[in-house]
Amino acid sequence: MSGADPGRPAIVLRGVSRDFETPGGATYCAVRDVSLAVAPGAFVSIVGPTGCGKSTLLNLVAGLLAPTAGQVEIGGVPLAGLNRRATYMFQQDALLPWKSVLDNVGLGLVFAGRPRDEARQAARAWLDRIGLAPFADRFPAQLSGGMRKRVAMAQNWAMDRDILLMDEPFSALDVHTRQAMETELLTLWTGSSKTVVFVTHDLEEAIALADEVIVISAGPASRVVARHVVPLARPRDLVDIRTMAAFNDLYGTIWASLRGEVLKSREAGQAGGVDA
Amino acid sequence: MPEARGRGRGGAVTLIAWQVGVGAAVLGIWQAAASAGLIDPFFVSRPADIARRVGQWVVSGTIWPHLAVTLEEALLAFVIGVVLGVACGFTLARLPRVSQVLNPYIRLLNALPRVVLAPIFLLWFGLGIWSKVVLGVTLVFFVVFFNTYQGVRDVDRVLVDNARMLGASESDLIRHVFGPSALTWIFSSLHTSIGFAIVGAVVGEYLGASRGIGYVISQAQGTFDTTGVFAGMAVLSIVVVIVGYGVSKLERWLLRWKT
Ligand SMILES: Nc1ncnc2c1ncn2[C@@H]1O[C@H](COP(=O)(O)OP(=O)(O)O)[C@@H](O)[C@H]1O
Ligand SMILES: [Mg+2]
Repeated sequence: MSGADPGRPAIVLRGVSRDFETPGGATYCAVRDVSLAVAPGAFVSIVGPTGCGKSTLLNLVAGLLAPTAGQVEIGGVPLAGLNRRATYMFQQDALLPWKSVLDNVGLGLVFAGRPRDEARQAARAWLDRIGLAPFADRFPAQLSGGMRKRVAMAQNWAMDRDILLMDEPFSALDVHTRQAMETELLTLWTGSSKTVVFVTHDLEEAIALADEVIVISAGPASRVVARHVVPLARPRDLVDIRTMAAFNDLYGTIWASLRGEVLKSREAGQAGGVDA
Repeated sequence: MPEARGRGRGGAVTLIAWQVGVGAAVLGIWQAAASAGLIDPFFVSRPADIARRVGQWVVSGTIWPHLAVTLEEALLAFVIGVVLGVACGFTLARLPRVSQVLNPYIRLLNALPRVVLAPIFLLWFGLGIWSKVVLGVTLVFFVVFFNTYQGVRDVDRVLVDNARMLGASESDLIRHVFGPSALTWIFSSLHTSIGFAIVGAVVGEYLGASRGIGYVISQAQGTFDTTGVFAGMAVLSIVVVIVGYGVSKLERWLLRWKT
């Protein structure tokens, strides 16, 4: 994979909508007429109230869902079927429980036709890199939640694809583990020229990590409400960044556009909201 | 059970002692009641007599050819039933439309009491081993089929999506995702299907054969030799327990990722 092509956006959504059949037979429009472009090598966060269609958007970019209307383009080419230039880190645990940590990390390489030994060698290098080498022979059920996320991250990064889609990957972790994972993610990403789309319902996390924060409206028929550039310098220290004035100013600004959507989603009886 | 495991070796030894104790108590009461005339040995025999008969069979070697035939039939029924069940289970689980169409017929066939088909199979396939094998296959097939089907359908969507995003083809999915998932279900049914394979063989032999444990039992019954009937059943039980032990070991190794 050739990394970034600075000429054209890595990801383009052109008037993308997606409907779902409800069990009652009616049509539920999850997202409507979303248009946006993500520059190659950018780190973009998507925030919005629970149920607003963040996962749906990511599934559309992944090619796991087809749009009802509009088009997704990856590197200038219309997407048909699965997005072969992207990996996807799911919110839920997606490691194969019957494979060892080592074989899980090497899974994509085996699918790509690399010999098993070669895949294992590459996987071992990744485990070294993320500090999980002593756990190579364990099964996922024998790891902590944070370690499983780390393995999933290695599994995705080992593929060396241009685009990384991440759906609330750290939302189930405790604060300290989460911060360690965020730091690890930024370390991997820095200088990699990979494009990251990071979905979260945590505005602090979105700002701390991203170059740009995209706010999605409450459902149904969600759309892009606002896009905010994050002008904070890199490399960032995720422990201290939350105490910086610029961070808090930005938080205030974005929260102003997000607040209304969260309230709407609460009124609509949707559970949860955005962590403030 | 986690508690038993938690108590370690001592717990395991105590458990085995209890298991042996319960068996010994039942046999002891049976023996005593029959000897004291509380129950008539003509109908229920005596454990000591049964053990002696099994011993005679083993020492004289007369039981081995019969056991070999029964095990051959059961093994064939088991292997054919498992292969067909796994193949059909996978195919239908991956082709939901086809499975919807066939669903009522599969349920119909499964609801059929297979044992009453035994005489028909004797008619169709003769008195040799194949009538028994076919009967066993009809019993084993459905157990394995339903479990394979369930195992494939039961796979978490996100595991499949993740594997597909990592570049898995349909055959990769079957090998790395659906297969291992179905295996856990197939294994949970393996003890049942082994039992069914043996039931198929023995029932078939019982109704018409010239060899096999079922034939031995039916001969003993014809002369009101209850000791012979029980001895035949004892031999079968011992075989099933030994095979079951082997299956459990294999299962524990293959499913070691489940903690
Ligand atoms: N497969 C589906 N069938 C029907 N409705 C769906 C499906 N997937 C998502 N939805 C609906 O679309 C909306 C957006 O869902 P989702 O993208 O998961 O939201 P988010 O990730 O922002 O919490 C929700 O109201 C959800 O109920
Ligand atoms: Mg979601």
